[in-house]
Amino acid sequence: MDQVMAEREIMNINGVSIDQTFAEAFPMKATRVIITAQNLKWAYHAAQSMTGFATSVIACGCEAGVERELDPSETPDGRPGVAVMIFAMGGKSLAKQVETRVGQCVLTSPTSALFAGVEGGEIPLGRNLRFFGDGFQIAKRIDGKRYWRIPVMDGEFLCEEATGMTQAIGGGNFLILAESQPQALAACEAAVEAMRKIPNVITPFPGGVVRSGSKVGARKYKSLNASTNDAFCPTLKGETQSDLGPEIESVMEIVIDGLADEDIKKAMRAGIEAACSLGVTNGIRRISAGNYGGKLGPFLFHLHEIMA
Amino acid sequence: MVRFVHPTDQESTMSPLTFSLKFPLRQRLDVSPLVPDRLVGKSRAELAAIQLQYGNRKVPLGEFFTIGGSDPETIHLTGSPKLDFIGRGMTRGTIEVEGEAGAYLGMQMRGGRLRISGSTGPYAACELRGGIVEVGGNAGDWLGAALPGNKKGMSDGVVIVKGNAGNRAGDHMRRGAILIEGNAGAYLGARMTAGTVAVRGEVGCHAGYAMRRGTLLLYRPLAAILPTFNDCGTHTLGFLPLLLRGFEGLDTFFATPVARRARVRRLVGDLSALGKGEILLVL
Repeated sequence: MDQVMAEREIMNINGVSIDQTFAEAFPMKATRVIITAQNLKWAYHAAQSMTGFATSVIACGCEAGVERELDPSETPDGRPGVAVMIFAMGGKSLAKQVETRVGQCVLTSPTSALFAGVEGGEIPLGRNLRFFGDGFQIAKRIDGKRYWRIPVMDGEFLCEEATGMTQAIGGGNFLILAESQPQALAACEAAVEAMRKIPNVITPFPGGVVRSGSKVGARKYKSLNASTNDAFCPTLKGETQSDLGPEIESVMEIVIDGLADEDIKKAMRAGIEAACSLGVTNGIRRISAGNYGGKLGPFLFHLHEIMA
Repeated sequence: MVRFVHPTDQESTMSPLTFSLKFPLRQRLDVSPLVPDRLVGKSRAELAAIQLQYGNRKVPLGEFFTIGGSDPETIHLTGSPKLDFIGRGMTRGTIEVEGEAGAYLGMQMRGGRLRISGSTGPYAACELRGGIVEVGGNAGDWLGAALPGNKKGMSDGVVIVKGNAGNRAGDHMRRGAILIEGNAGAYLGARMTAGTVAVRGEVGCHAGYAMRRGTLLLYRPLAAILPTFNDCGTHTLGFLPLLLRGFEGLDTFFATPVARRARVRRLVGDLSALGKGEILLVL
């Protein structure tokens, strides 16, 4: 334990110690779509609906989130929009998730239009949604891309034929350990805000933060493939092999999905810097990461390397 | 304005390959061999020896043209209303014609860019399969149409006409865009299977006759609407600005922000055919 404590002391930012550990992440497949609407408010309505119940592949089938807002000059149809990213464990499940989500949440959302955000065309959008047009739909090829005009009650739903699919990484993360729950949450909010500026990443949990970090498998219930990360549960300090010192009362995690190694590193760095900027005076004591001893995935993000 | 390289410039490295007519033509001349695909790697002597169909005879190219320049990917040609099949089947490179062109300009072209400063005859861009055809003057009848007896007209690419187009522009058209900045004759977009024809000026009678699918985008009120078209009312269509932005980078009115309009009256037809086509009248 002394050695562990000594390692923790190696790096310290603004009084917050950075554990010498790594976040463990796994390969995923990802896509991006662009949702535009009459105004940003309605683009967000569609995007938030589409990315609802998409926090973790453990039970949601995919992980999704709004990557960033798009200025009208950045969108294909010149209207305000948002870029949404969706991550899943495989190409087929990704395609299925995208199909059901855009069909129920974007097609249905007033004034929306839907475009590809990744080159390729492996993930159908209008290719399947067009059937909603019941034969009244119209295809248009514009600048080499195929679009569908699907008649709907508010006018026409304009939708690109398909979007692309790309290799991605899921489960990049870090933990913020604080003296109290409000302080942990404040640091998380600062971190998520900073990470929103980083392209190619999303933080899929509610508000970007997860308070129920998990460990692989379960101690008691063998059928579970994930259960509470008891080593980081502050109420269990005297009951389990805890990783928490007496000063820690609350731990929260930020999970990051990104298109590439570099994107996740950039996001982790921005997030950890923002959290640490609050410093020990605001009760932020440690930054750690979800290290599962190699059981979860092949991508390792060492905190000390990222913050070096 | 097309820059025309004088034959004396021929010594400069990789200047456009130029073919300057030595005398006014008396017969029609088929210049379909003069496309980048077929001229790469040919020496000046080989170029001069290419046999061209002139009326009912085959005559070597050197008899008609002074050859200059060296870059076969960019061809400059003196125009004449008797030059037929300019750019036929070309797949890449650029052909620029200073002056007029005859019939079948850019016929079955697959790629590249073909630009003429003057007017062209009938069947320009007929059965076009890709690339960009720009006509500085007027185009004759059957612009972007199918050859007689064929049922598949232009199937991709963009045709820009700065002047007027004759009758039957876009006949049997399947895909791609025809952009006419002047007026269009009768039977615009007749028997269209799909694609887009936009006209800034006046349009003759029977527009959209027997069209199955596709879009006629008209910037002036239509004098006579076929009785087989039904009115769907006025709408703001989100795809229109997207469609017109797709022409960005091309030298045409339709690529300008002024042309980017979304408010249209939508007529659907031709109900005597499949009836999935539309005439969009810009408001």
